[in-house]
Amino acid sequence: MGLLSKQNKAALSEPLNINNPIVAQVLGICSALAVTSQLKPAIVMGLSVTIITAMANVIISVLRNTIPNRIRIIVQLVVVAALVTIVSMVLKAFAYDVSVQLSVYVGLIITNCILMGRLEAFAMQNKVFPSLLDGIGNGLGYAWILIAVGFCRELLGNGTLLGYTVIPASAYELGYANNGMMTMPAMALILVGCVIWVHSVLNNRKK
Amino acid sequence: MSKKLNTNSNVYIIVYAIIMVVVVAFLLAFVSKALQERSDANVAIDKKSQILAALNIRNIDKNEVEKIYSQVIVADCVVDANGEVLKAGNDKDNDAFKMGSKDISENCLPLYVCSINDEKKFVVPVYGMGLWGGLWGYVSINSDGNTVYGAYFSHESETAGLGALITEEKFQNQFQGKTVFDMENNVALSVLKVGKTSNTPEQSRCDAITGATLTSDGVDNMLKVCLKNYANVFKRIVK
Repeated sequence: MGLLSKQNKAALSEPLNINNPIVAQVLGICSALAVTSQLKPAIVMGLSVTIITAMANVIISVLRNTIPNRIRIIVQLVVVAALVTIVSMVLKAFAYDVSVQLSVYVGLIITNCILMGRLEAFAMQNKVFPSLLDGIGNGLGYAWILIAVGFCRELLGNGTLLGYTVIPASAYELGYANNGMMTMPAMALILVGCVIWVHSVLNNRKK
Repeated sequence: MSKKLNTNSNVYIIVYAIIMVVVVAFLLAFVSKALQERSDANVAIDKKSQILAALNIRNIDKNEVEKIYSQVIVADCVVDANGEVLKAGNDKDNDAFKMGSKDISENCLPLYVCSINDEKKFVVPVYGMGLWGGLWGYVSINSDGNTVYGAYFSHESETAGLGALITEEKFQNQFQGKTVFDMENNVALSVLKVGKTSNTPEQSRCDAITGATLTSDGVDNMLKVCLKNYANVFKRIVK
């Protein structure tokens, strides 16, 4: 089996589109709504989840033959919790303002269904390398939705991107106003709904 | 390899769990210790930039915070309710700076003495409760011990777009120039709904945030409770 055989490619690319964790499996919605009011925390959250799913998938895949069946969920949980705690400590040390913005949501990655779902459904049965790809794929699938939603919300809600003003002052003089609704979690839900809509229309057309 | 081992035996499960927990515990303890210094430094810088924000020095670069703080702050004293200085705070970040909200009591009040353009200012921390969680902030007061020079507020978990607006400059800037104490030395500084009638004189009145009544009441209450302790302190300093 080559490094990028058909199955491996599928493990990486399917979660980005057809089998996207948020859009198709509707997992991890809670954090997707909470941290996307600005682009920067959305990117950091997406990256953190990608790193944690990839590493947790690898660790569980390495241990998969030794893990006692009766406590496998506990073992998965301990691995995920340890990784999340480490990521949260690293963020506190190296990106303090972002960690303040993400506040409890970094800790809540532990309860993100994407992680436990991938560990139980994929890493427990597959070899290390495919598990790594599956973890990265699912993490990135989660991340790009977060980034897309964060992009719309920050642009329309605050008129900025990554904190830089992008909507010119002349637009405001002509009567343009920021949409305060965009900064509320309710609009994130509606935006995610729109993404799901577009996604399923596109995929149904292909069939 | 697992053919020989029965991974479902009780002994195996218990040993496996013990090894896993010990390994994870050591790993976490190690990472935590290794990063402790850096994250503590970040917390201190964050606190300093909040104190500076109360003095209307905002949006400064992270690397500049330490430098500007040490220029602006003269001392971080600890005083009691009568204005008696308990700790002089000449180190600038060892006495009042080290105090958390739990260390503050009537007889142990932090007071930052600052100097901006050769004018003396005082910064006092305030702590309270909002709608969903804690609120905190810093209020800077002119050398007359009665006029607000600037204010900074932050929160743990107020509603985004409503209560969370207390962190915005628009809300904080309206405190500038307001009077803190009335003739009887009670705290008059209030956050009230626009149009609400009350005995509070106009020069002590700030506008609440529409749709965030409970957060605004929390700020109001926080100011009343915390600044009350300083009434005699400022009386004595100004005299």
